[in-house]
Amino acid sequence: MPAAGARLAAGSGGLLRGIVVTYLSLVVLIPLAAVAWRSAGGGAGSFWSSVTAPEALASLRLSFLAALLVTAVNLVAGTAIAWVLARDEFPGRSVVNALIDLPFALPTIVAGVTLLALYGQHSPLGLNLAYTRAGVCLAMAFETLPFVVRAVQPVLLTMEPDMEEAAHCLGASQLATFRRVVLPALAPAMLAGAALAFARAVGEFGAVVLISGNLPYRTEVAAVHVFNLVQSDDSGGAAAVSVVLLAMSLLVLAAIGIAQRRGTRHAG
Amino acid sequence: MLADPRPRSRAPRLALRFAVLAYLALVLVLPVGAVVWRTLGAGVATVWQSITTPDALHALYLTILVAAIAVPLNTLFGLACAVVLVRQRFPGRRLLDAVVDLPFAVSPAVIGLALILVYGERGWFGGWLREHGVPVIFSLPGMVLATVFVSLPYVVREVTPVLREVGEEQEEAARTLGTSPLGAFLRVTLPSIRWGLAYGVTLTTARALGEFGAVAIVSGRLVGQTETLTLFVENRFESFDQAGAYGGALVLAALALLVLLGMTRLRRGRGLPNKENR
Repeated sequence: MPAAGARLAAGSGGLLRGIVVTYLSLVVLIPLAAVAWRSAGGGAGSFWSSVTAPEALASLRLSFLAALLVTAVNLVAGTAIAWVLARDEFPGRSVVNALIDLPFALPTIVAGVTLLALYGQHSPLGLNLAYTRAGVCLAMAFETLPFVVRAVQPVLLTMEPDMEEAAHCLGASQLATFRRVVLPALAPAMLAGAALAFARAVGEFGAVVLISGNLPYRTEVAAVHVFNLVQSDDSGGAAAVSVVLLAMSLLVLAAIGIAQRRGTRHAG
Repeated sequence: MLADPRPRSRAPRLALRFAVLAYLALVLVLPVGAVVWRTLGAGVATVWQSITTPDALHALYLTILVAAIAVPLNTLFGLACAVVLVRQRFPGRRLLDAVVDLPFAVSPAVIGLALILVYGERGWFGGWLREHGVPVIFSLPGMVLATVFVSLPYVVREVTPVLREVGEEQEEAARTLGTSPLGAFLRVTLPSIRWGLAYGVTLTTARALGEFGAVAIVSGRLVGQTETLTLFVENRFESFDQAGAYGGALVLAALALLVLLGMTRLRRGRGLPNKENR
């Protein structure tokens, strides 16, 4: 009897798994395979010339470097924000905590309009970042702000302040306490958040498209370049740039995954 | 009484608090305030007029329609996928686990291109589908597909850890008492994973309402036909219609605010945020 039950469960489990894999294939896997296939369609020579076309190369370089810079900024800022939210007490803390999720909730195009309202032409602060690379970075920073905060915060909350107190009582300065006691415990979560932030920033489209002005060679990011190539019906070129863009975010995600695994093995 | 050997100075703590709040103000709060300010500056009546035009209303309707199709699809998929990942052992399970996260790593522009290459007129399946009366690209099914793609991982990622925590014992007990497997899942397990599920659905909804890049490519952006509210905002902005752009942005921001309130309440409901999703 139990054998029959198990067989039945295995049968329906297989059906469920089949549905899941089919859905995932139709929506995600087959379309992404089509991009890879299309990029290879013209041979290696055509792939190489699409990717190294000056405009494509400039857009890929801008996306990569801006995403790297923004990830570094939000790694520091995000950890500081998480620490303040977890350890500091001040009126309005819960409001600030809720605000962190705003970039996740706000549509990217609204983020773009929002940033231009303050940092565009006629800026009330007198700070016009429209059509500049700084504007591109600002848009990426806005979109990726929550990742590190939301990765680090739960770890800080489960970490008792006792260890920090103990280090402090033994004579360590606040900075030394943070560097020697808090930082090692937070590092895996910080890296995980940073990886997601980079993957998001490098492909960002909606928040960047308005503020950057998409000037070729200057402020056109790779995602916008792909968009323009699709609009001008150059799907081969678009696919080639897409593959490089995709490879950048996947490589960073994989590298950080490996670093984390090595880190936890070391600690454990 | 033991005195603290080194009295802790409050200055670094205050400086850090100030720096953090200043960063948040400059990046998050002030820009949102500026939008509200500009909208009011354009005149409430003008803004109201420009977001109640037939095109604007159709864009709002389409945004809600696409989300109303995509969110339930991804909720069902997310539940099924979480069950498969947590309860089944099979070769390729880790690969499936990794593939679910792929949409997080793909640029919206690339998603649009990918869907066109498969479902477009000259795509792998597009020609066949069109012959059978199912146009995908430049119409609703394509927009739903793009939205499903971008919002696919959220429910899986939120449900998987809680489902693992809940375990299978209670459900098995219900099954020995004669409940069907589906009934046992719905009546025993579903109630105990409801907070994680609700949080995942909220994130899916936020992403579905706000998607721009992928939908911009696959919709063809026909005003009054395949233009969602995010496309409407960009269109109005590019044609220097400030009232329309800020008005549309404010409607979307209001929707986002509702989502944000929901997220905050749900996070309280399920206790501490989950430590790790994997």
